[in-house]
Amino acid sequence: MSEKVPASSWAVEVQGLTKLFGNRHALRGIDLSVSRGECLVVFGPNGAGKTTLVKILSMLVKPSSGNVWLGGINIREKPAQIRRKISLVGHQTFLYHNLTVYENLKFYGKMYDVPNLEQRIKEVIAWVWLESRRYDRVGTLSRGLQQRASIARAVLHNPSILFLDEPEVGLDPQAVTAIRDILGNINAVGGAVVMTTHNLGQGLEFADSVVILNRGQIVYRASKQEINRESFPQVYDRCTETG
Amino acid sequence: MKVLARILVIFWKDILTELRTKEIVTLVLVFALLVVVIFNFAFGTRTGIEELVAPGILWVALTFGGVLGFNRVFVVEKENSCLEGLMLCPVDRSVIYWGKLVGSFTFMLAVAVVITPIFLVLFNLPLFLPRLALIIVLAALGFAAVGTLFSAIAINTRARDMMLPILFLPVVVPVIVAAVKATAPVLAGRPWGDVLTWLQIIIVFDVIYLVVATMVFEFVLEE
Repeated sequence: MSEKVPASSWAVEVQGLTKLFGNRHALRGIDLSVSRGECLVVFGPNGAGKTTLVKILSMLVKPSSGNVWLGGINIREKPAQIRRKISLVGHQTFLYHNLTVYENLKFYGKMYDVPNLEQRIKEVIAWVWLESRRYDRVGTLSRGLQQRASIARAVLHNPSILFLDEPEVGLDPQAVTAIRDILGNINAVGGAVVMTTHNLGQGLEFADSVVILNRGQIVYRASKQEINRESFPQVYDRCTETG
Repeated sequence: MKVLARILVIFWKDILTELRTKEIVTLVLVFALLVVVIFNFAFGTRTGIEELVAPGILWVALTFGGVLGFNRVFVVEKENSCLEGLMLCPVDRSVIYWGKLVGSFTFMLAVAVVITPIFLVLFNLPLFLPRLALIIVLAALGFAAVGTLFSAIAINTRARDMMLPILFLPVVVPVIVAAVKATAPVLAGRPWGDVLTWLQIIIVFDVIYLVVATMVFEFVLEE
């Protein structure tokens, strides 16, 4: 199959993405694209393939077949260059419990070779309102505060593409506000966001476009303008066969 | 230089974590000390022990202590999926391997620095043995090279505590044998010639382990 060269306006372009775990299909021929400045929200029930999709897009898992371009570059070609421009907020925080918030950020900042690291750490800690807890060990923070620190880690290197895998788990209202601000900032500078969630209300609030994933396939896609917020839960139920 | 800097960043993080938890060094130290003391009660300080039994005792303590330590090397990365956080970083997978390897190697040396003098005193052997130090450094490097790789494999298995020794011990047998054989003439005060062949074997296996582990680590992490 000849590979279509993605349009440069796409931040994320996925073609024919398939993932098999043994004989089980986690993803079946996913095609999607996210333009610069867009936030795509992926809805779907448990086991739909949302996390697998995000893990492939963030280059943690290799696809069985299909192609992914991030910022116009195939992820198979320049992995280190792409990793510098992407980030992931997942179910887990990726933070070391026995290190402080500051030490964790310093560690990741050095791994990403972030310029003016001390200043940048101050900025991202301020964004997530963790100034007073910056020298506390992550293990002593509540789940909500840990997730805020995780958001700080994710944006530390100024990514232009951000993946969020059910980020609302354990989040307090302040952290939701922080996410909203950060998504706004990323989109404003031409970055892109792909977010998976179960939470229809919160997802629609962030979305410029949505897809519903069920059993590894995209069963519904629409732009924000095409979505009726009142009837969307029924659409979701119908598409995921839970209604 | 950036590669080296990132290896050292991972090492710094592991040292900081270990200084806070003291999990690995304490665990390995207590185990190795017990082994040395128990064997000392069993064999005492009778004549000829320095060649016949003592080298085996030292390396049993360091090898099995090492297995306990390697079991913990990637546990810290498993908590909160920190390994995924590392894999997201814009570095080659081999950088992660070398960062963890330098940490494992340092922990092994730290344990050896404490255990070896105690072992030498208990078995009434001379304390100043620079050739033994060289053997320990080279063998510890081989152990750490294999242990770090297999620790990354075992961490994703359910029975990781059992899986690691099953994977690790057969592969490091050449280094264990060479280390025991090299230690015996050193403890007996025999010349360099008796030690050199075994040292060369350890060096060859160190190089093989390091090269192969660096090459396959990416597949270990991603599959």
